[in-house]
Amino acid sequence: MIDVEAAKLAIEKSKTKEVVDFANDMVRDHEAVNVQALDLVKKLKVTPEDNATSQALSKAAEAERAKLAKLEGAAFDKAYVANEVAYHKQVNGALETLLIPSAENAGLKSLLETGLKIFQGHQQHAEHVAGMLK
Amino acid sequence: MKAGMLIRSLAGALALALVASPALAATIEVTIDKLVFTPANIQAKVGDTIEWVNKDAFAHTATVKGGWEVMIPPKSKRRITLKKVEAVDYFCRFHPNMKGHLDVAP
Ligand SMILES: [Cu+2]
Repeated sequence: MIDVEAAKLAIEKSKTKEVVDFANDMVRDHEAVNVQALDLVKKLKVTPEDNATSQALSKAAEAERAKLAKLEGAAFDKAYVANEVAYHKQVNGALETLLIPSAENAGLKSLLETGLKIFQGHQQHAEHVAGMLK
Repeated sequence: MKAGMLIRSLAGALALALVASPALAATIEVTIDKLVFTPANIQAKVGDTIEWVNKDAFAHTATVKGGWEVMIPPKSKRRITLKKVEAVDYFCRFHPNMKGHLDVAP
């Protein structure tokens, strides 16, 4: 998962405690979400398919990661955290307007709703860290 | 033997306090499920214990800004005993959209 990749980059590169802590939180939570998603996929015996939304998200995230890899120090911190705010906003928008309303399976809907709360939390957390970097 | 009397009565009072307090103190359970603290508002007394039961696969915290913090790992329980009178809002540091309130009366 690409957001986990960006977090791992931040853990490696950043020297700011708040940024590294935030990145560790992202790895932990996003991996936990992924485990739950994979469990559900197994239970439902479905094959997860790429769709336009997931493709657009991963394409944007990949471009962002390439950009981040070239930055250092305070410039890296700022760009990483700003990107996390933007990324979670985008994911939350997609969950609220598209993915949750169109989910027909109750288990999937519940997982997406929990995901939305988690990611709304991450967005607020990222906004808080962004405020501290100013 | 005034000192001896004093020590004995202090010891007596202490023993009484130790015996008396567990009977009066309550344990208040707060469940965390899908990023929600339930109940969100707690009314407690000094000496009561708050136990957070985290049913999520995610780690959460109960954090008071500028105050205490309890870390509650996934699928686990954590407790604190309330030591002072306070009225505080608390939140999860990882997911600041998770909020609770605690009133501790004497
Ligand atoms: Cu939390």
